[in-house]
Amino acid sequence: MEKKKNLTTIISENRFIHTIFCVILGFLVGAIFLVVMGLDVGAAYGRLLKSLSNIKNISYVIVYSIPYIVTGLSVAFSFKTGVFNIGAEGQFVVGSMAAAVVGILFGHLPKIVLIPLCFMAAMCAGALWGIIVGVLKTKWGINEVLSMIMFNWIAFYLSNFIAGIPAIHSDGSAEATKNIADNARTLLSEDLIKEWGLCNTANWGIIVAIIATVLIWFIIDKTTLGYRLKAVGANKFAAEYGGINVNGSILTALAISGALAGLAGSLQLMGMGNRISVFSSQEGFGFAGIVVALMGCSNPFGVLAAGVFYGWLTYGGSKLNLEQVPTQLINVIVGTVVFFIAISVIFKYLGNIKKSSKGKKGE
Amino acid sequence: MTDFVNSFGIILFATLVYATPLLYAALGSCFSEVSGVINIGIEGMMTAGAFTGTVVAYFTGSPWFGFLCGGLAGMLFGALHAFATVKLGADQTIAGTAINMLGPGVVIMIARVLFNSTDTIPLSADQRIPEFFSNAFDTTTVFGRFMDNVFSTYASTYLVFVAVLVVWFVFYKTRFGLRLRACGEHPQACETLGINVIAMRFWCVCISGFLSGLGGACVTMTISTQFRPISIVGQGFIAIAAVIFGKFRPQGALLGCLLFGFCSGLKVVLGGSTGVNMHLISMIPFVVTVIVLVLFVGRSHVPSANGKPYIKSK
Repeated sequence: MEKKKNLTTIISENRFIHTIFCVILGFLVGAIFLVVMGLDVGAAYGRLLKSLSNIKNISYVIVYSIPYIVTGLSVAFSFKTGVFNIGAEGQFVVGSMAAAVVGILFGHLPKIVLIPLCFMAAMCAGALWGIIVGVLKTKWGINEVLSMIMFNWIAFYLSNFIAGIPAIHSDGSAEATKNIADNARTLLSEDLIKEWGLCNTANWGIIVAIIATVLIWFIIDKTTLGYRLKAVGANKFAAEYGGINVNGSILTALAISGALAGLAGSLQLMGMGNRISVFSSQEGFGFAGIVVALMGCSNPFGVLAAGVFYGWLTYGGSKLNLEQVPTQLINVIVGTVVFFIAISVIFKYLGNIKKSSKGKKGE
Repeated sequence: MTDFVNSFGIILFATLVYATPLLYAALGSCFSEVSGVINIGIEGMMTAGAFTGTVVAYFTGSPWFGFLCGGLAGMLFGALHAFATVKLGADQTIAGTAINMLGPGVVIMIARVLFNSTDTIPLSADQRIPEFFSNAFDTTTVFGRFMDNVFSTYASTYLVFVAVLVVWFVFYKTRFGLRLRACGEHPQACETLGINVIAMRFWCVCISGFLSGLGGACVTMTISTQFRPISIVGQGFIAIAAVIFGKFRPQGALLGCLLFGFCSGLKVVLGGSTGVNMHLISMIPFVVTVIVLVLFVGRSHVPSANGKPYIKSK
């Protein structure tokens, strides 16, 4: 009895342990589901573990996780500042398209100029997408969730439209853009890849993602800007009473959040993607960002870990077909993890009951 | 002139077909949001409904039984959402996001096991939701063809308009509706008047799941005859948008869904006949929505207690 109480208290008080606990529950539910469906649990989970087995696989996991980390940061930042950036999907798309346009049209520039230029273009495009929604909200009072859903689709079709413009469109028969210039790629040098035995799309994006993580942590926790944005997120009326420009803060928050999602788009393109296909349906990087932000408890370093976790499951999940297990297992596992994180209040509740009953006994 | 009447008929037909699933889901969303629970999991509930409806219709041969089961599957996920958010006071956005992952995850896995593919086997004509008035009009005349285009449509479309009326009546003319709206505005006040806020919200979220499930089933059991992983992509979110657009009222949501449907219908006609880029045309519904919002709708009143878990005080 005594031990059990301690367990619930520990789980409720330490967010990291609590999230790990939710992850274990997620795998447990996934296993139960596999058994019910008559599939091989050992083979499925074995395959997931195998995708962490050697340096090549690990480099794949890291490459997969880059866009998730950065979209996760985008959404986490928006959560901290009191807006729900469900529009990361659209910002990601315009960001990757902006980077593609620059990467194709200015391919003659040297690497040292072109790569930052692509990042800038992507971040500006993403920030613009965020600011439009912000202006609609602050000037006309239009619900941001609604306009973000609209702008996700506008971005989606805009990207498809731009991919069809002759100067951008692939010379071949592919329904896609041209490949971006080699100077715009963030790939590691071939020698390094061979020497370390990495996957062939191993790229510097992860360094950018880590820098972004530290930067966002710094902005949120160590600057007056972060304090201002958090104050508006916590209570906009109190913040206004305290002399903070609420509308300006909302716009800033959406711009930063949008810029991050745009950056994620360019990282994905310049690392793995190489070109942008004409989409038939939304790719879901932005929506995955929501999940990653939630698993990371909206803490930048938590998001970094959650992004790698999600990248691992996506990469491992893509290999599940080899074991005759549907890739969708990943959605069941991650969905369950998020569900348990959602109901985490129950642990606090249980902890409080135990505490208060203990207090009564003591009296 | 004949061409115009024809095109117009086709636009109206497409409007109704596109609007129907959105409208079911939007009515569902109304129930949940107005009672004070954000339901972002509509998309997942629709996917569950779409799959279950199609599979049950395929195995039993009865479209209506399938349609009903589609609703019940949505309701199951609705109950899960309600359990987390209403009973346990979970964060509503997080729980909804989880539902959006779990819904498609579970049903597509089942599809793989049942059909060894992520797609289901297409339904035959008598397994689909029947069409009304399919031979009622004389299609040799212009007027007859117009009437045939517009009115000879799926039974689920007629049903959803009845549903709008019923929901409107329930919301504004019954005691249940008054209580429901009060729960979303001021749950504490409700509780002091003896209304069981927890039970009201729980059932509203379940109803929301049921209607979303029906909406999903409509997609796969009418125009597209099979369930595929991309059957429901974004419709759930558009339904939520339509509800916010309609200021959280069923009649407003109707307008929102019809606007989306109409723009999609316009897309079908314009895309075939003009040289304008298809992708730009596809953008119309979303751009128009933003413009209409700025010009005519503006600020919408969100139910005051929306998104706040209600914890019964002792």
